[in-house]
Parts: sequence; structure tokens; C-alpha cells
Amino acid sequence: MPSSGRFRNQLLAISSIALLLTIWQLLALALHSPTLPTPAVVAITFWQAVLSGELPYHLGVTLLRLLVSFSLAMLMGCAIGVVLGKNKTLDAFFDNWLVIFLNIPALVTIILCYVWFGLVESAAILAVVVNKLPNVIVTIREGARSLDKDLLEMAQNYRFSKRKTFAYVIWPQLHPFVMAATRSGLALIWKIILVVELLGRSNGMGYQLHIFFQLFDVASLLAYSFAFVAVIQIIEVGFLKPLDRKTLRWRR
Amino acid sequence: MSDIRIRVDNKTYVLAHDTAQSHHAIADLDFIVHPHQFVCLVGPSGCGKTTLLNMIAGLDRHYEGRIDMGPAGKNPSIGYVFQSPRLLPWLSVRQNIEVVFAHTPPTGLIDSLLESMQLLDAQQQYPERLSLGMQRRVSIIRAFAINPDILLMDEPFVSLDAPTARQVRSLLYSLWLKRPHTVLFVTHDLREAIALADRLIFLSPSPMRVLSDIEVPIARDQRHDESRIERFRERLLQNHPEINGLL
Repeated sequence: MPSSGRFRNQLLAISSIALLLTIWQLLALALHSPTLPTPAVVAITFWQAVLSGELPYHLGVTLLRLLVSFSLAMLMGCAIGVVLGKNKTLDAFFDNWLVIFLNIPALVTIILCYVWFGLVESAAILAVVVNKLPNVIVTIREGARSLDKDLLEMAQNYRFSKRKTFAYVIWPQLHPFVMAATRSGLALIWKIILVVELLGRSNGMGYQLHIFFQLFDVASLLAYSFAFVAVIQIIEVGFLKPLDRKTLRWRR
Repeated sequence: MSDIRIRVDNKTYVLAHDTAQSHHAIADLDFIVHPHQFVCLVGPSGCGKTTLLNMIAGLDRHYEGRIDMGPAGKNPSIGYVFQSPRLLPWLSVRQNIEVVFAHTPPTGLIDSLLESMQLLDAQQQYPERLSLGMQRRVSIIRAFAINPDILLMDEPFVSLDAPTARQVRSLLYSLWLKRPHTVLFVTHDLREAIALADRLIFLSPSPMRVLSDIEVPIARDQRHDESRIERFRERLLQNHPEINGLL
């Protein structure tokens, strides 16, 4: 009964969200405070922000920063992670660096980047990359360490080229680790990028949230947050899940 | 294709957790394999047969000695049936065979091999959905498909139940009769070795060396006769007491 099962799941999802909205509505009515607007007020604020073009602009700017810094961190992290996973000496040498970078608070790297390089776009991107990179390296290194030696020997025996070995033997084994790094990475970058924008940029979601904070404009704050949540869901459902399904269909 | 000359003076393992201790795996091993010969390497488990195959395949180069595969500069192609099937789980059966070709494989070749191993219906399946016996057959096809100069087989029928092993063995045998590659076949099953080989090389426990080197004089068309194989086996064990302890 796949179709009725799906219907049931949808019903569950809709009713759980309806419950959340109801609680919110009742709470807002009971408190009757400007700091907790009702869902309807937030929805209207959202719609006005979309129509005025403000929300799409700032969201777009943040998304662009996200895309650039995420791509840089993933590319560099994968390359370094594979090298460290396959070379024990380098790994032992750089392991301490990794531990240090993993434990520097995000705020510190952001402030340092702005102090050293000025309040410029590249400093903002660099701050995000530096925060994300150690995580990617550690995850991918784990994947590279656990590569199946038997399959690599098979590839060597049948004289696979470097490119072929990577595409057919190494990459499929790294894939789950790359997906893990992608998921945890997006969640992490979302949070860091807002702080980066709040501290040193004059556009983007973080900058807007800062203004709303100063104006005590909770309705706009919530409206922007929901736009944010929606975008993350679209990325997850529209991009990451189908990618998982497509590349893991060989699993039993 | 010329003779393969195998001479390993010394092969030592350092035991992973204790670098002071080492394991002397092979000492003064020396034999020659002629082209198109089917040679069975028979020895107790753990004596270093897999190590030897890896050295011949060039996967293990840490040893003293020389393995000559004919004229210098011309690397013979090697089909290797590993002890476990070692298929790529994310490729289908057919893709697993196609992937070992540097260029597009000749049309019909893979089909005919799949058919001879009775795998035509399974060609779009992923390996993990197949039984171990089927996976082994795929890895045998993969080794045959590239039409290698040398075929290395490392106990390819171990852990298969007896009827499946017999079936895959006879399929392998008929494939080889059609295209007689030079084969080095590792086993510790003497009956299997006699049924398949032109020549048996018995290997000692480690440090491994050649104990005896015996031709199998049974004609190819009489190999299916189990009583002949049994008679030869008994005579062999009588005349060569040194191999008794191996099996």
C-alpha cells in the first residue's frame, strides 16, 4: 500500500505543522506583545519583503557567499583529506594543525580575518572557508583511510588509469563521506555566514537580522528565518536526497 | 609469449604489530612455467601461495629475486581471479566486466562469456544481490575477457558447496580448452589440481620452496573420469611421501 502510506505520511506532516502554528497563534494571542507577532502578521511581513525585493536580494547575496565558500571548502577539503588519509607521515605531521583549527572558535577566525584583511568580501569568504575546512578534511580523511585495498589491487592488476581508478574505485567509496561532509557543512556554514555578515558586511541575511535586532522588528526576523529554513529544505529535498538515491541504488 | 621464470631468493614479512619480529615467507623458490601450460600450485594454507601470485602480478614488489615474463619492455597482460571475487559493488555484472577494458570491448565477446558461465540473465544485477558462486563466475569472466597472457587463479572455488564448485570448475575448464592461456592455479585440493592441471608444483610450508614438480599424464578427454583421477592421486601419494604431510 505505498500510495496510502504516502498519504498517511503527508497527513502526519501537515497536522504536525498545523499544531505548531496553533500553539504559536495561541501563545501570541495570550501574551499580546509586539515581540511575539502572530503567524498571520509574519506571513504578511514575509510577503511584503518578497514584493519589495529586499528579501530576495539579501537572501541571494547570502546564498552566493554560501555557494562560493562551500565549494572552496569542499574542494580543498576533499583534496587534503584524501592526501592525509593515504599518507601516514603527512597525516601524523598535520594532525596537530587539524586539532588546533577544529577547536578555534568560529568567532575568533572571523574577527582575525576582518582585522588582517579588512572588511572586504574575500575576508568574509575566507573566514567561512577556514571554519569549515577542518571538518571536511577530517571526514574525508576517514573515508580515504578506509578505502578497500583489495579493490585497489584489482584496479592495479587490470591496469586502470589514474582517472579510471578514481572514478570507478575511489570516488564511490568516498561518496558517503562527501555526503556527510556536505550535510554537516551546510548546517555549519549557514550559521557561520550570518555572523560573518553581521560583523563586517553591509548586505546579506546576517546584516538584515542585525538591523531587525536594533529595531526590535521580530516579525521581519521571523519572516527572514522562515525563508532561510525553506531554502535549506529545498536544497535537501531537491538536490541532496535525489543524489543519494541515484548513487546508492546498488546497495542491498 | 615466452617462458615465465620465477626465482625468489627471499621474501620476508615484518609482522605489523611487532617490527622486531619477521616472518620468513619464501626462500629459494625457483621454477619455470611454459606458455599455455596449466600449472597447479599445491600447498598447505598459509604457506605463501597468495603472496607468490601477488608478486607475479606485480602487486607486491618487496622481495629479493626476479620474475621474468619474457622480453623486456613488453608487459604481459594478467588476468587475476582473486580468492574473494573483488567486484565493484556499484557496477552491474556487465559493467564490472566492461570496466577492465582500456577501450570498448569487442562486441559479442562479453555476451558469449556471460552465456558460457550462465550469467546472461544476471548481467544487469548488482554483485551484492548475487550468490557467492555467481560472483566468483563474474570474476572468472572478468579475468578471461581481457584475453590475458597469464591467468592467475587463487583458490577460486574455495567456500563454494561441492556441486557449485564442480559446475564452475567444468565451466572454467571448457573456457580454457577454447582459449588455453598460461595458467597458475593455486589450490590445496589435490583432486581438483589433478583434474585441471598439466603439471603440479607442490610447495612446502613457510619458508616456501618447491617440494616436487610432477607432470599429469592423463589425457584431456579423460579428465572427467573420477576413477582415473583417484588412481593417479593414490599412486602419487605412494611415490611421493614428501607431499603426504601437505594435504
